[in-house]
Amino acid sequence: MTKKIKNLNLNFGPQHPAAHGVLRLILELDGEVVEKADPHIGLLHRGTEKLIENKTYMQAVPYFDRLDYVAPMNQEHAFALAVEKILKIDVPIRAQFIRVIFCEIGRILSHILNVTTQAMDVGALTPTLWGFEEREKLMGFYERVSGSRLHANYFRAGGVHQDLPQGLEEDIADFCESFPKIINDLESLLTDNRIFKQRNVDIGVVTKQDALDYSFSGVMIRGSGVPWDLRKSQPYDCYENLDFKVPVGKNGDCYDRYLCRIEEMKESVSIIKQCLLKMEKGPIKSLDGKISPPPKKDIKQSMEALIHHFKLFTEGYRVPKDEIYTAVEAPKGEFGVYLISDGSSKPYKCKIRAPGFSHLQSMDYLIKGHMLADVPAVLGSLDIVFGEVDR
Amino acid sequence: MKNLEDLEKKINSELTTKINKTEIKHNQIYLETDKDDLIDICLFLKTNNDTKFRQLIDITVVDYPERSQRFEIVYLFLSHEFNQRIVLKYSISENEVIPSLTSIFPAANWMEREVFDMYGVSFKDHPDLRRILTDYGFEGHPLRKDFPLTGHTEVRYSEDEKKVISEPVKLEQNFRNFDYESPWEGTKYIKDEIESNDKKN
Repeated sequence: MTKKIKNLNLNFGPQHPAAHGVLRLILELDGEVVEKADPHIGLLHRGTEKLIENKTYMQAVPYFDRLDYVAPMNQEHAFALAVEKILKIDVPIRAQFIRVIFCEIGRILSHILNVTTQAMDVGALTPTLWGFEEREKLMGFYERVSGSRLHANYFRAGGVHQDLPQGLEEDIADFCESFPKIINDLESLLTDNRIFKQRNVDIGVVTKQDALDYSFSGVMIRGSGVPWDLRKSQPYDCYENLDFKVPVGKNGDCYDRYLCRIEEMKESVSIIKQCLLKMEKGPIKSLDGKISPPPKKDIKQSMEALIHHFKLFTEGYRVPKDEIYTAVEAPKGEFGVYLISDGSSKPYKCKIRAPGFSHLQSMDYLIKGHMLADVPAVLGSLDIVFGEVDR
Repeated sequence: MKNLEDLEKKINSELTTKINKTEIKHNQIYLETDKDDLIDICLFLKTNNDTKFRQLIDITVVDYPERSQRFEIVYLFLSHEFNQRIVLKYSISENEVIPSLTSIFPAANWMEREVFDMYGVSFKDHPDLRRILTDYGFEGHPLRKDFPLTGHTEVRYSEDEKKVISEPVKLEQNFRNFDYESPWEGTKYIKDEIESNDKKN
């Protein structure tokens, strides 16, 4: 007598600690082997693009913080660059350095979170505790420069909002001295750890071809051996003048991606150090009064500054009719903004290209044939944050 | 091709009849084409040894309600080999069905689902055309220009029915859109003076 065996449908999430947010994953299981995965996203959809169409360019910046909320300033950077290119304005050199420093801080923030939570997903709790102590320090830097730990709203078209407060440069330099030791500590817990390796080596392997086909970017494509980093290939701000290496993986599995992230954090520290050395005093935003608001002091004395202030905070600046796609190397991959301006002070259309969206799409192909227990490991190494996937 | 101008020439000579317009700006090539030629162009861009645009970065739509061909479909491609980007566009009217790119670029799957969800544009031969970002049972296409910013419905948990229900939006105050744009551009004699000063500098 033959018995007909039916596959089991399992609903993973949307409230599951290993789902990294609000992912609902519908898994079809044959025993413990995953046959099919159907991710349901959109549970965090806030209509960011629609909202941006109804706000001025300056008011759009905070929405970018709320996309990938573990590395907010990297997103703002893409938008600021897009607007700057359309307006054809130059960014003062000090502002470029400040932006690069905070983008690299964002990269470290994101990679710490990812590496440690991935470790937690496969059973190690300590890295999370050690890593989050460092994230707290970095968010302290965010707070000192912008006033908030997470949603910074700090970058502007033409520069940054305010100069670094006194003492911050020294404190970031101190952090750069102490942080590599923490990375080594994390590595000593994970890199040669037998359990961590058993859970990650040869899991979720991405070939070069698949990485291209599925529009992977960032660590996901570098882990598969494609040396592609927008900071090198299409440099923006002052990345051209900085010396850093791009770590590339070999096998394209979860373990290689983990190693890439660890190495990238070390490179980020070196980039921050170089910026701090090269940085000089100077203006931190465009000197064009039609684009950057005047300092408070001037408003009290100059009529022109007062008018500029009033116009910038009611109407906003107008951006000539144009369209542009700009991308930056965010911690998770290529984060792009496709911006269409129509000559008014509000964007006509602002499409946000989030790296996580493409990465999560490949879930079905990555997880097919793996065990159920590998789902969190693969999901962790994709580095998914729902703020940007759902937008 | 290393050079953008060469690439533009190459595309124009290989695809003469299929390309309506090419333009280079912001270090990218902008191509305009027709719906029927999309698949051929994408295949050419992906496979030709001088182009190698092997990554589809994104698909999106721009809505121009006042045009007779309302939607402009935009494809962004990236070539790692030559470090170049292409923006490919074509216009369609509201109820047209467009070809799906899923057979050429697997990544197009979710991007097309998003376009379908946000703009209501349908794709031919798409394996799984469902809504993706909006809620289960959502109606309408939110990124169309005629969809109100505050939406049509809101959800809440109903204590009486013991489930989540959706109701028409009720706002204490409607969304207010202030028009700050001043039609005044300054008097002519000042404008002339500024322009002549600019020329001197």
